[in-house]
Amino acid sequence: MGSSNSSVNNIPNAQELMQETGFSAAHILRLHERFEFLDKHKCGQLRPQDFGAVQELALNPIGDSIISAFFSPGQETVDFASFVRILAHFRPTDRNQSRDGAQQEPANSSIRKLKFAFQMYDQDRDGKISRAELLQVLRAMLGIQVTEEQLQSIAERAIQEADLDRDDAISFDEFRKSLEKVDIDHKMSIRFLR
Amino acid sequence: MLLLGLTLLLTAAAAADLPDTGAPPLLGPGLGFSPSVSASASAPPLLLLPQPRPEYGAPGVALARSAAEEPAVPAEEEEGPHHHHGGGYRVVQWEWSYVQTPYIIAIWLLVASVAKILFHFSQRFTTVVPESCMLILLGLVLGGVVLIANKKQLYQLEPALFFLFLLPTIVGDAGYFMPARLFFDNLGAILTYAVVGTLWNAFCTGFCLYAAKLLGVIDERVQADLMDFLLFGALISAVDPVAVLAVFEEVHVNDTLFIIVFGESLVNDAVTVVLYKVYISFVEVGVENVQTADYFKGVASFLIVSIGGTLVGLVFAVILGFITRFTKKVRIIEPLFVFLMVYLAYLTAELFSLSAILSMTFCGIGANKYVEANISQKSRTTVKYTMKTLASIAETIIFIFLGISAVDKSKWAWDTGLVSCTLVFIFVFRAAGVIGQTWVLNRFRLVPLDKIDQVVMSYGGLRGAVAFALVVLLDGEQVKAKDYFVATTIVVVFFTVMFQGLTIKPLVDWLKVPRSTSRKPTINEEIHERAFDHILTAVEDIAGLQGYHHWRDKWEQFDKNYLSKLLLRKSVYRKSELWEAYQKINIRDAISVIDQGGNVLTSARLSLPSMASRASFPEVTNVTNYLRENGSGVCLDLQVIDNVPGAKVEEDTETHHVLAENLYKPRRRYQSHYSRHFMPLGEKERQDREVFQRNMKSRMETFKSTRHKRHKKERSLKKRRGSDAKEDGSDKPRRNVSWQDKNPVVVPVESEEEKGEHSDPEKEEDVGITFVARKAETPKQRPKSVPAALDGSPLASPSSPPSGDSHLPWKGSVGSPPPCVSVEANKIIPVDLQQAWNQSISSLESISSPPVPAEPVHPRVSALSRLGGPRPASYTPPGSTAGSTSSIGAQVLQGPFCFPERNKKEEEEEEEEGGAVQEMQPLMSSLRPPGNPCVYLRSLVMAPSPGSGEPHSRGPTQL
Repeated sequence: MGSSNSSVNNIPNAQELMQETGFSAAHILRLHERFEFLDKHKCGQLRPQDFGAVQELALNPIGDSIISAFFSPGQETVDFASFVRILAHFRPTDRNQSRDGAQQEPANSSIRKLKFAFQMYDQDRDGKISRAELLQVLRAMLGIQVTEEQLQSIAERAIQEADLDRDDAISFDEFRKSLEKVDIDHKMSIRFLR
Repeated sequence: MLLLGLTLLLTAAAAADLPDTGAPPLLGPGLGFSPSVSASASAPPLLLLPQPRPEYGAPGVALARSAAEEPAVPAEEEEGPHHHHGGGYRVVQWEWSYVQTPYIIAIWLLVASVAKILFHFSQRFTTVVPESCMLILLGLVLGGVVLIANKKQLYQLEPALFFLFLLPTIVGDAGYFMPARLFFDNLGAILTYAVVGTLWNAFCTGFCLYAAKLLGVIDERVQADLMDFLLFGALISAVDPVAVLAVFEEVHVNDTLFIIVFGESLVNDAVTVVLYKVYISFVEVGVENVQTADYFKGVASFLIVSIGGTLVGLVFAVILGFITRFTKKVRIIEPLFVFLMVYLAYLTAELFSLSAILSMTFCGIGANKYVEANISQKSRTTVKYTMKTLASIAETIIFIFLGISAVDKSKWAWDTGLVSCTLVFIFVFRAAGVIGQTWVLNRFRLVPLDKIDQVVMSYGGLRGAVAFALVVLLDGEQVKAKDYFVATTIVVVFFTVMFQGLTIKPLVDWLKVPRSTSRKPTINEEIHERAFDHILTAVEDIAGLQGYHHWRDKWEQFDKNYLSKLLLRKSVYRKSELWEAYQKINIRDAISVIDQGGNVLTSARLSLPSMASRASFPEVTNVTNYLRENGSGVCLDLQVIDNVPGAKVEEDTETHHVLAENLYKPRRRYQSHYSRHFMPLGEKERQDREVFQRNMKSRMETFKSTRHKRHKKERSLKKRRGSDAKEDGSDKPRRNVSWQDKNPVVVPVESEEEKGEHSDPEKEEDVGITFVARKAETPKQRPKSVPAALDGSPLASPSSPPSGDSHLPWKGSVGSPPPCVSVEANKIIPVDLQQAWNQSISSLESISSPPVPAEPVHPRVSALSRLGGPRPASYTPPGSTAGSTSSIGAQVLQGPFCFPERNKKEEEEEEEEGGAVQEMQPLMSSLRPPGNPCVYLRSLVMAPSPGSGEPHSRGPTQL
């Protein structure tokens, strides 16, 4: 622990980040290494192009949408703190953690996980998944296998199903409701190595 | 009520047993057997079927049994000549020895099946008592009856029968319908529990029993040393897949819990097999001769048995997938391939003494995806039902025979110390093992298993028939305490299955274990969960982790790029899973909407405007009934397919058949009139023709209202033809002919669109098995009421659309929606999901809905409107403009308008050619006139041509 702590101390705001996200020092250290690896220009900021360096992401059909969900609206770059905060969404929910209501919702709560997924769909950040946005993701996920009409009918159906207030778009609440039967904690978590 | 059922059963069983005792007197004198010998010779026919294994060198009863088998074989040989010596010709001969084996097997199956029926009479009873318990009790009673009747237990669960026939059916079903994603998501936990847990149980139980023996808790008579106890521990420690399935299927715990317990019970087979074999060999050579190297050999053997078994299974899975790629022309034997290859995987693994259960499980898991995509809808249903039926009956027989086997004094050697120690040890070590392993696992699991899960897992460690079969297989010469072990095993199995099986449900209720929901995923869930997978993969990649999702994604890439290309048909390969899911959901919705909300629909959009249409289905009050009458049974078939495997299959079957019996009632009456004239046609063709008829009827309405004269002319024409074609001179058949003649011109257009659009003609050749239990009907039957209604309908023209509208292609059909519904309904039914839905949906999308003003409707209703409303729109190619719609529509309409004249000449020619040909292909006559080549071509595509149509239509009848 001592050696890792000394390295962790080199990372700015490491303690606050650990406090905030629940990552251990080892996690932070590891993520920082990864961050620096991605940060080719050594400027402490990641741009969308930097993510493109990850080879596997190029194979991911909705990789671009996911990358753009890393960036808060209007910002071109993401610094290490935001990077960690976003990854914290995917920490498994800790069950035994005492839930004191005063604290704000931890990043790995199922609401926050859903929020991330929602942002991935909602490219223009207007708080709604429009038909076009849904279609865009669908098109990326289904690729050439499916014709445009089929895509549209799927999108149509999905919106019809989730759209409770008939505004032809899926708001976050509607999004959440449509997925309330799904075990989000399970389906939106990955295991970070210790 | 149940008591009554039991007594009934007993009499049935007694009746079944009577022939056993009745046979010897008849055979006795001639063959010179003493009655007692022939009684036992005729009794164990179940043994005759599977040859006992070589290692089945059995003491006690088993020895007597195998001795009894020897005379049984020559007995059958001598049988033939002996009957001739009987003197003279006997009118009725008693051929018991001839039919004996299959007869008794059939009787047992019957008893088992009837027992199942009886148990399910009382709903309240079955919710409390698991079926397996009742079956064991029944087995005990039956065993008692047999014992009293014969003074000797004749039947028992034979290891060979169990391992070669009963177990594979259950494991095959379990493996093939295993939820693969769930299984692999929890693979880590499953493997841990299966390997570490079973080893832990085996060693601890063995050692502790030995300790109890040393301490004197276990009686001196039990002659067993450490190796014997370890061996016993190995066979008693494995959680049994049959028992787990039987009990957990009724409990409905949540998916994760179920898959962990059930997966463990399947995978631990490798451990059990290896431990068992290693100990057997150790016992044989003697403990003192065991060298250190042998222990390593044991470990190596474990790796070979488990990995080898898995590999054998995967190889067979690949072969199976590859074979089903090419079964397009022989749909009828597709299910057979599935059964054969899965079973061969099992047998091959047994052949090389690898883990057969692992092999079969992985064959099923691996092949499922590709096979299900390759084979036809009907084959899928066949595979599913057959597997479920076999597994269900095998399970029933296993439990009954477990009960029967227990009633056998010669096997029993009771030692209270051994029995109670074993019971306590297996329970304690199971619990300890689960808690310890879960503690380790929870450090790695995303969703930790909490205490409640652990309790259920500990409590769900049921032992079953595998342990019993293994203990019966023991060699009494080498394992001196075999009889004690057998008795203990029986008690353990009964205790776990009956006591724990009985109490696990209340326990689960009491602990409020999260239950599984048999809910179908919505389209949103389908979409978003796939997106989640991608997100997680991306996040793992970004964070530089090579976790589970990373590898799963890698596998999916590999699967997509290589495996699927190799194992899937081209037509299937292109399809998207999400799209398939979407179609399934859509169809399910449509069915449920129709089933529940038929009335809403009728009033909202699809009220029957024309009298004729209404009169054509007089007893039908709403769409639900209408569809029931017209084949929604097959629709429900699709629904059945959707079901989570194992859930309520019997119930669905029941519904299915209830509906099936009600199909086509109005038509059936007419069968006698027409059946002579037509070859029985295939399901699809017949339904196509019915679609023609119905569609044509609607067309006739508009037609008559505008062109009355021409119509009359046509009718007279048909009348003439009809009287030529049929000896039945009445009006109705003729009119049927006329409808059919015109229809091909209309319907083909849409059919071509279908094919062009999706170019998946394969699926349409879904002939072979007709599930709906009804007679093959001739295509031209109409309800009696229809023609009458038609006669009146020209007068009832106010209800039919105005003449101007009839030229618009869609008005004709929309004006009388029921035919539209019928078209769609029939479309869904015979074809499968793909085509009908593609078509209706793409038509909905591609056209700005000319037929009806796009009014805001309730989503469900609008979902239904896809079914019926915009039907005519499908005449247009997808994406075409409104202009092309109308042009095609006009084209379509021209067909029928110009038709009669051409047809007249045509028919005259045909009549010269011969009435028989004409009768066989009533459709063809109208197809000939190539006035409009386009329409002609289309009709060729659609209508069954004489060459291609007949073989297909005959296919099923040859069955």
